[in-house]
Amino acid sequence: MTKQQISFVLNGQPVEVLVEPRELLIHTLREQLHQTGSHIGCETTHCGACTVDLDGKSVKSCTVLAVQVSGREVLTVEGLAVNGELHPVQEGFMQEHGLQCGFCTPGMMMRAYRFLQENPDPSEDEIRWGMSGNLCRCTGYQNIVKAIQYAARKLQSAEGA
Amino acid sequence: MIPGSFEYHRPATLDDAVSLLTEYGDEARVLAGGHSLLPMMKLRFAEPAHLVDLNDIDTLKGITEEQGVLHIGAMTTENELIASSLLREKCPLIPEAAELIADPQVRNRGTIGGDIAHGDPSNDHPAVMMALDADLVLRGPAGERVVPADGFYLGTYYTLLEPGEILIGIRVPVPPSGSGASYQKLKRKTGDYATAASAVCLQMEGDICRKINIALTNVGPTALKADEAMQVLAGQNINDSLVGEAVRKAMAICDPAVDLRGDVEYRTHMAGEMTRRAINLALERARGNRS
Repeated sequence: MTKQQISFVLNGQPVEVLVEPRELLIHTLREQLHQTGSHIGCETTHCGACTVDLDGKSVKSCTVLAVQVSGREVLTVEGLAVNGELHPVQEGFMQEHGLQCGFCTPGMMMRAYRFLQENPDPSEDEIRWGMSGNLCRCTGYQNIVKAIQYAARKLQSAEGA
Repeated sequence: MIPGSFEYHRPATLDDAVSLLTEYGDEARVLAGGHSLLPMMKLRFAEPAHLVDLNDIDTLKGITEEQGVLHIGAMTTENELIASSLLREKCPLIPEAAELIADPQVRNRGTIGGDIAHGDPSNDHPAVMMALDADLVLRGPAGERVVPADGFYLGTYYTLLEPGEILIGIRVPVPPSGSGASYQKLKRKTGDYATAASAVCLQMEGDICRKINIALTNVGPTALKADEAMQVLAGQNINDSLVGEAVRKAMAICDPAVDLRGDVEYRTHMAGEMTRRAINLALERARGNRS
């Protein structure tokens, strides 16, 4: 099949890339644009390791075609820190030991980043519900919840300041 | 896992989408949220030569009410159903069921129309739509037609949709006051399909149940309307023994596939239990005892 030229905004920068229609967004991000922060876990829409932000919504990039993001805006974990300063979500995962092997972490953080905009002051139950599309096989989730609570506090105090 | 090769089309209008489908016939598939179709394409269970993406057709999105009927665009996502204050007020059964589907990321992509049109018996909206007496609006080369959700399913992945036809919207009559509804779904974990689930919608007049619909998810080749169970309860002052009889009638129509979710006996039994819980909660809601 003929390849198609697509252009979209990735982490604030316009990018252009040639893709086959069947190419999945996660592969375009990792293999063509060399943004390997988003991980390929299950490839079956279960694990959430490939979670990215698409036009302000969390999606699993293993189940979106690259051609579908033409003209749209994508944010990956590489775009979270600004000018070398960690995003509060990243800081939270570091401070609260929200990771062990780290494989699920980029997807966790991208979902947490969006979730805290949807719900800036969540209860623990709401965090667990909001993060239910991301699997972690190491932590038992407890410290991930704490990391997100840390980020929520930090984001709220920054807003109040 | 990468899907097989296909040509990608992203029409901006419904007319264009219908003509593409008409032109390519059996070779074409409609792409809605893609969270059933793309996984099937990765596994080569589906190998369409042409994919017609409906995501740019704005007229297929949104929820409105006109003269006591809710109009839901087929491309409305699960999360949009959950966030809809109109649905929360007029028909909370729909967002309640949507919350039990998949996970937050998937609900951002998955659509009500895709869930209904796919014809997968494990999808949740078909039973909910049967319980709500919903109608489905289909658009094809010959124009538009409206068919009841009850009767739309002919078999697994097999519906009334003709080649070239697209499900464009869902019409749900707003349940009158005195109504109560519930969707009870047993699943092993977040994101799983139902081991068994039951949708109940009923209308009370004093102590008498004037009308009741019961429909079951994932315990047969399609969603199943439990007609005999409904007949047990309609027109009655419902008590536990009548509920028990209705549950037995509902279990009698179950013919579940055997998979990791359980064997025939277990899934049939769970369909009964979900039906019992859904009836009881719908009753309490109709009486105003529970939200």
